[in-house]
Amino acid sequence: MTSTAPKKRLTTSAMIASFADPGQRTTSAPFGHALNRLAEQRPEIVGLSADLAKYTDMHVFRDAHPDRFFQMGMAEQSLLGTAAGLAEVGLVPFASTYSVFATRRAYDFLCLDIAEPNLNVNVVGALPGLTTGYGPSHQATEDLAILRGCPNLTIVDPCDSVDIEQAVPALADAPGPTYLRLLRGAVPTVLDEYDYRFELGKAAELRTGRDVVLISTGLMTMRALQAAARLEADSVDVAVLHVPTIKPLDTEAILRAARTDRLVVTLENHTVVGGLAESVASTLAFAGVGTRVVPIALPDEFLAAGALPTLHDRYGLSTDAVVARVRAELGGDAGRRPQASPHVAAAPADPAPATA
Amino acid sequence: MTSLSTPQAAPPTGDRAERIERIRQAAYRIRRNALDMGEVQGQGYIGQALGVADVLATVYTDQLRYRPEDPHWPDRDRFLLSIGHYAIALYAALAEAGTIPAEELETYGSDDSRLPMSAMASYTPGVEISGGSLGHGLPVATGMALGLRHQGNGARVYNLLSDGELDEGSTWEAALACAHHGLDNVTAIVDVNALQADGPTAGVLRTEPVTDKWRAFGWHALRVDGNDVAALVDALDELRAHRGSPSVLICDTRIGCGVPLLESREKAHFMRVEEHEWQLARDQLHEGTTR
Repeated sequence: MTSTAPKKRLTTSAMIASFADPGQRTTSAPFGHALNRLAEQRPEIVGLSADLAKYTDMHVFRDAHPDRFFQMGMAEQSLLGTAAGLAEVGLVPFASTYSVFATRRAYDFLCLDIAEPNLNVNVVGALPGLTTGYGPSHQATEDLAILRGCPNLTIVDPCDSVDIEQAVPALADAPGPTYLRLLRGAVPTVLDEYDYRFELGKAAELRTGRDVVLISTGLMTMRALQAAARLEADSVDVAVLHVPTIKPLDTEAILRAARTDRLVVTLENHTVVGGLAESVASTLAFAGVGTRVVPIALPDEFLAAGALPTLHDRYGLSTDAVVARVRAELGGDAGRRPQASPHVAAAPADPAPATA
Repeated sequence: MTSLSTPQAAPPTGDRAERIERIRQAAYRIRRNALDMGEVQGQGYIGQALGVADVLATVYTDQLRYRPEDPHWPDRDRFLLSIGHYAIALYAALAEAGTIPAEELETYGSDDSRLPMSAMASYTPGVEISGGSLGHGLPVATGMALGLRHQGNGARVYNLLSDGELDEGSTWEAALACAHHGLDNVTAIVDVNALQADGPTAGVLRTEPVTDKWRAFGWHALRVDGNDVAALVDALDELRAHRGSPSVLICDTRIGCGVPLLESREKAHFMRVEEHEWQLARDQLHEGTTR
C-alpha cells in the first residue's frame, strides 16, 4: 500500500471501559452514590442485582446498606420478578444488570410483573447502546426500541453524572416503573456548566442556535454540545435540545424546536430503529409538521467488537462524525435553508455515519 | 371464613376431623362453582379446576390468614396463582372465601367482567398477581417473601404452580433464590396433574423425579395425593412449622376429580363439555358427596 508504517490498531476496550474523552472531568459511580444518598432519606429503598453489582455501581449501595441489598445471582428473570415482589409489599427497588439482559432476556418479567401492575420498580440497565466494545452480546443497541412499546414504563437516557444524580430521586418518586440507561464507572460531568436541572418528562434547551437544532438524548447530548461548539467556530449557530426522558416524550418541546427552518438532527446512542429519531419523526408527523429529520444513530445491524473510540467513529457517534454529518447536511447550495435540500442526504464526508 | 379473618388468628383452628369436614364441604362448593362458570363458557379449564379444588379448599379454608373484606390487608398471607388459566378454580375459591361475591361468578370470562379467563391483579379482588404467562409466580413470591421478612412481617407467601411450569427456567431461578436466601416463609404448591397443553407431561418434557429436584435445590419437599384432604392438611401443617428453608408440597391431582364423566374423559388441557353434560356433571358431583 504505502511506505508509511501501519497505524497501530487499538485493541478492544475492556467490557466496561469509560467513554469519557481523555482528560474529561468525570464523577465516579454517580448512580451508586446517588442511590446511597436517597436511601439515607427513604428506608423503603432497596437494591438488587444479578451478579453484576460491581459492574453497575450497585456495589456502592451494597457496601453501605448490606441489609437492603439482595443478590439474585445470574438470573435476570428472577431478578425482575423478585423486584416486582419487593414492590408489591411496599418497598422501592432498584434492580441493576446490563441493559441487554434486562430487556432481551427478561422482558416478559419487566412487562407483566412490573409494568402491567404499574409498580414502582426501577430497572437500571448498564452498557446501553454502544458503550462497550464487547460485541452484540453486550451492546444494547435496541433497548429503547424494545421498551418504548411497554405501557406505563418511564424511560430515561441520561447524558452524564449530573443527569444520573438528579434522575435517581426523581425515578424513585415516580409512582410507576422506570428504566434507566445507566452510565457507570468514571462518568463524564458536563451539564453542571449549563443552567440545567433534570426534570422527569421534560426536555431542556441547553443552547440556542439559528441554523441547526440538535435534538439529543443520553451521552449523545455530550457529543452534541461538543459538535455545537466546533460548528460555532465555523459560524454555524447550533441549538441543542437535550431529551433525557424518552418516554413519556416531551412532545411540546420537540414540536417547538422542530417548527422551524433550521436543520433538525436527532442524536442517540441507539439503533436508528425505534429510538429517539423515530420518536421525534412520529411526533412531527402526527402533528402534521413536515420537517425533515436527520437521524444520527447506530445502524440497523449487529455491531463490531473493538475499541470504543474506533466504533464510535465507525458508526457515526463520535464528535468528529457528528460535525461531519451536520456540515454535509448544510453543505452545497442548500446553505442554511435545509428545507430546500433534497430528501436524500448529501454524501457524508467521513466515515459513513449510520442512517436508516 | 370468619375465624380466619381475625387479625393474627393462627390457622389452623379446630379439631382435625372438623377441619377436614369443613374443607371437604368447601371443596364441593368450589367444584360446584367451577362447573357453573364452565357452563357459562361452554368449555375451558374445568378439568384442572376440579383437580385442584381440594388444594384450594385446604389453603383458603384452613391455612391462609386473610380478611375477605380487606384484600389489601398488609399482614395477609399472600397466595399467588402463577397458573393463570386456573383462574376459574381460584374465583370459585375466592367466592367461597368471601372475597368475591358468589353472584359475580356468572360473569366469568364475559366482556367487562372482573373475572377474566386469566386473573388480573389490577382489577380482580383477592388476586395477588396477574396470570397468563407461566413461570412468573415463584420469582414474584421470592420478592414478596424477601420484602416481608425485611419488614419484619410474619405473613407467609404461597405459590400454586403446575408441573408444566417446571419447564420454565424462571421457576428454577427462583427456586435457587428462595433456598439461597433461606426463605422459610415461602410455600410452593406444585399441582402435578401430569398434563400439559401438548399432552401428558411425561411426553412433553419429563420433569420427574419432581420431589428429588426440589430437594436438590435446597427445599423441604413433601409429596401427597392432592385430592386427599386429610393428607393435604397434615402436610401443610408440617410445612408451616418448618424453619430454615423454603417448603414445597407436591400434589398429585386427578383432572376432573369429583365428576366421573370428566375424570374418565380423554385428558385434554382445554376440555370440551357438551351443553347437556353440565347438569349431569353437577349431579355426579353431588352424588359423590352423599356416597
